[in-house]
Amino acid sequence: MGAPVNLFDVVQRGMSAQMVRMNAAASNLANSGTVASSEQEAYRALRPVFQQELDSSTGLSSVRVAEVRKADTAAVRRHDPDHPLADENGDVWESGVDENTEMVEIMESARQYQNLVEAMNTAKQLMLETIRSK
Amino acid sequence: MSERLFGIHGAALELRSQRMGLLTSNIANAATPGYRARDIDFNAALAARLGGAKQSEAVELATRYRVPTMASLDGNTVELANEQLAFAQNAVAYSATLSFVASRVQTVTRALKGE
Repeated sequence: MGAPVNLFDVVQRGMSAQMVRMNAAASNLANSGTVASSEQEAYRALRPVFQQELDSSTGLSSVRVAEVRKADTAAVRRHDPDHPLADENGDVWESGVDENTEMVEIMESARQYQNLVEAMNTAKQLMLETIRSK
Repeated sequence: MSERLFGIHGAALELRSQRMGLLTSNIANAATPGYRARDIDFNAALAARLGGAKQSEAVELATRYRVPTMASLDGNTVELANEQLAFAQNAVAYSATLSFVASRVQTVTRALKGE
């Protein structure tokens, strides 16, 4: 995608980025109870990495998701010999997802999303006023 | 032409619009690691604009990085409350400038019609 052309582009891309962030956090929450048979296979929290997208001709800069990374959280070992996925020691590996972190992530993301919508509404109102003035 | 008609208000309106874009960029990048918030020093930009500089030159000359009250760990210097405040203030000022421009147009229209 090219550089942002106007204010609406900036807002739209910012909102998309926040959506990716919210989706990632929701996926993490959904997988917070996932169990695997080894530490390598255990689910790790997904974290989108944002990057600035600057258009030097207009000075506007929007945001894009540079990559979605797996967080470096440690999987939790639980002794459960009856579990079908248990390894030879009778252990299973639970995903290292912290529910509180994910909830905070979603809240923060929602706040920033709202801010963008509000800014867009104000800007739109002013633009309409400018167009309608005669 | 428009400079003589609208005086300071034409330039001010353009700068207000530009500043609104910049503040929106800051709000959009509230979660970008390493992003440094920018803002236009409106006084300096308007002075440069009235001194004969082009719009883009004036903006470039007066764009500054914001100094955060409390820097965050990831190097991002956007403080949402401050950005929202600046945005609201800028929107009100835009509205005011717009009404000056509109009344100027009205005055000239009246003069042309000879009412």
